[in-house]
Amino acid sequence: MNFDFSDDQKFLKGEARKFLDANCPTARVRGVLDDEGKAYDAALWKAVAEQGWLGAAIPEEYGGLGLGHLELCAIAEELGRVVAPIPFASTVYFVAEAVMLAGNEEQKSWLLPKIAAGEVICCMATSEGPGPATEASLKTTVKDGKISGVKLPVTDGDIANIALVLAKENGKPGLYSVDLDGEGVTREVLQTLDPTRDAAKLTFKDAPAIRVGDAGAGLEIVEQVFDRAAILLAFEQCGGADRCLEMAKAYALERYAFGRVIASYQAIKHKLADIYVKNELARSNAYYGAWALNTDAPEMPLAASAARIAASEAFWFAAKENIQTHGGIGFTWEMDCHLYYRRSRQLGLVAGAPRVWKERLVSHLERRNAA
Amino acid sequence: MDFNDSPEEAAYRTEVKAWLDANAPKTAVADDGEGGGSMAASKAWQAKKAAARYAQITWPKEWGGAGGTPIQQVIFSQEEARYPVPGNPFQIGLGMCVPTVATFADQATKDRFVGPALRGEEIWCQLFSEPSGGSDVAAARTKAVPAPDGSGDWLISGQKVWTTGAQFSDFGIVVCRTDPEAPKHKGLTMFWVDMHDPGIEVKPIHQMSGGSGFNEVFFTDVRVKDSQRVGALNDGWKVSLVTLMNERLAVGGASGAGWREFMEAARAVPGLDGAPALKDQALREKLADWYVQAEGLKHTRNRTMTALSKGQTPGPESSIGKIVSALQMQDLGNTAIEMLDQFGIINDPELAPLQAGFHSSVMFAPGLRIAGGTDEILKNIIAERVLGLPGDIRVDKDVAFKDMPTGR
Repeated sequence: MNFDFSDDQKFLKGEARKFLDANCPTARVRGVLDDEGKAYDAALWKAVAEQGWLGAAIPEEYGGLGLGHLELCAIAEELGRVVAPIPFASTVYFVAEAVMLAGNEEQKSWLLPKIAAGEVICCMATSEGPGPATEASLKTTVKDGKISGVKLPVTDGDIANIALVLAKENGKPGLYSVDLDGEGVTREVLQTLDPTRDAAKLTFKDAPAIRVGDAGAGLEIVEQVFDRAAILLAFEQCGGADRCLEMAKAYALERYAFGRVIASYQAIKHKLADIYVKNELARSNAYYGAWALNTDAPEMPLAASAARIAASEAFWFAAKENIQTHGGIGFTWEMDCHLYYRRSRQLGLVAGAPRVWKERLVSHLERRNAA
Repeated sequence: MDFNDSPEEAAYRTEVKAWLDANAPKTAVADDGEGGGSMAASKAWQAKKAAARYAQITWPKEWGGAGGTPIQQVIFSQEEARYPVPGNPFQIGLGMCVPTVATFADQATKDRFVGPALRGEEIWCQLFSEPSGGSDVAAARTKAVPAPDGSGDWLISGQKVWTTGAQFSDFGIVVCRTDPEAPKHKGLTMFWVDMHDPGIEVKPIHQMSGGSGFNEVFFTDVRVKDSQRVGALNDGWKVSLVTLMNERLAVGGASGAGWREFMEAARAVPGLDGAPALKDQALREKLADWYVQAEGLKHTRNRTMTALSKGQTPGPESSIGKIVSALQMQDLGNTAIEMLDQFGIINDPELAPLQAGFHSSVMFAPGLRIAGGTDEILKNIIAERVLGLPGDIRVDKDVAFKDMPTGR
């Protein structure tokens, strides 16, 4: 039994933590939070690119480090821990994964090296409004290589160069690459719960679009990409949830009430124990997801669903109970608690809400047990 | 990252499989109704394992173990579980009592007890909990007083409760109050006792679930030699910690109906609109939650095994199993019977789904949430030992035991 990261992977994770402790203190996150004109931390983005992290799982022939997905999981956990205000997930977990999965040779050779080098920011545009995007609900269309329609919210849509857009062509959903700096694209920044991760409304009017993957396979590709992204996001969520537990513990150990530290009251001790239990269950599910992702296992849809559900709920629980443990001070803008509370909502929704994943999970179980 | 055996583990598994294939029973033996499952079969299987040094693989060779590693024990248990082997009434003795006695006893005592326990010839029980103290084991009132004849012997009187296997045990370890003038942790002493002593009376406890897996044990002037003392006089709390450290490893998680059984039942039961209940969105969400919890626990065990496999001490993550699984057992069972609507009150195995397995879960789960550390005690343990939060303020810490406030 070897259900753990290797020593090399743990070393990489340790180095990533040191790097981010030095380069992404919460003051940097607040630099994005407090400045409405700032969508992300460009200096941090550049520094992360120089570390090679954007191409960690991209093969060397396409300009990446060719390490593997376990290494990317390790990095993701550290990024989540510091609520890094950069378009890493959009660019790497969604778009690089989609191109590696469904792109043709030309598309891979063109885009992956740019991603690995940090030359482009990418985003995934599937949602068109409240509720999950379905074949019936999808309104964005492609005709003669031109795309038209409205997508919102698109995380990082205001700063991305390239978008992968879910749209219908001849009545069937496909996935299309659109140059957001080109003609026929207008962007509008949206007000969101987590201003450290911006989102936009993208309006396409006859913008040039190139199909990625087979015609009519859009929803299947998106589902597979979301499985991969869900596992990587789960590591970010585990990192964030563990940080919340650390913050709550540190505060509970220094805050006195009724003559003793609040960490000595069972109401607080049991609350933190509950966070710990949820975090460990999330971590174990995320590990299984990492194994499935790294080996491209047939169990991936189930593993991804379980990782997504456990991590989304653990981060939400840890983030809200961290504020509760802090009491009044935790409700202030100056304390960092709300950075994690906000990010837990962003990460918990960006690849689809837990409710949607629970339905997917049970559908898979039904099919598997019927067969 | 993978789920494979290391080359050494694979070789060991091959060896174990070959031995089991040649020696393990191929058909199950029925319960003999004496409270031990099928005692004769259990004893025979235990003797066979002991002869081949598979009974306690991690024990040192001089105790009759194999001097093996924890991961070897895990591998053996995994492979053994594939055969219809009889129940194991020896685990409390071998996992908790005998190691405690052996840690503190002289060579002659060790020689006397270790072998017969290992071979299944003698069974041990652990006599800690009392009516006045379950979570608070150190509040034990059962007393041991010096025999008035000046022989140096002790006389034990009092009551223990929730003793597993007392009805078929040959020996037991018992925590007694020897100094009521001292604070509660400092006036306890442990002894081993012969459970066949006429001063010991074992009565089965009728559980709310209907069964009787545990006992009350009454001591009336049970005479023990001072040589039966385990550890120093009034040092029984420290000695019992050695035992309790092993208990949490021994009390497993919930078994019985899980998400699979729920899903199958929900397929067969009509839901709100006549479609199968499995199409009910609220039930689907719960099913997903249970699946995710079960998977989380499974892979937490895989992480623990990985640590053992690498020769490391498992991390604190292994402490979460019972908290999660006992509560899930209760919720899942209850959701399943609520799914049946009015029919849910029927627990006749002929009529209720899963031979009333969900009803059994509902009725047994309250006990599992208490046994071997209540949910609340386990959360304290996580908070204190894993997260490093302060212990509770103990108002009885410096109070003489006899002056401690007591309720009923």
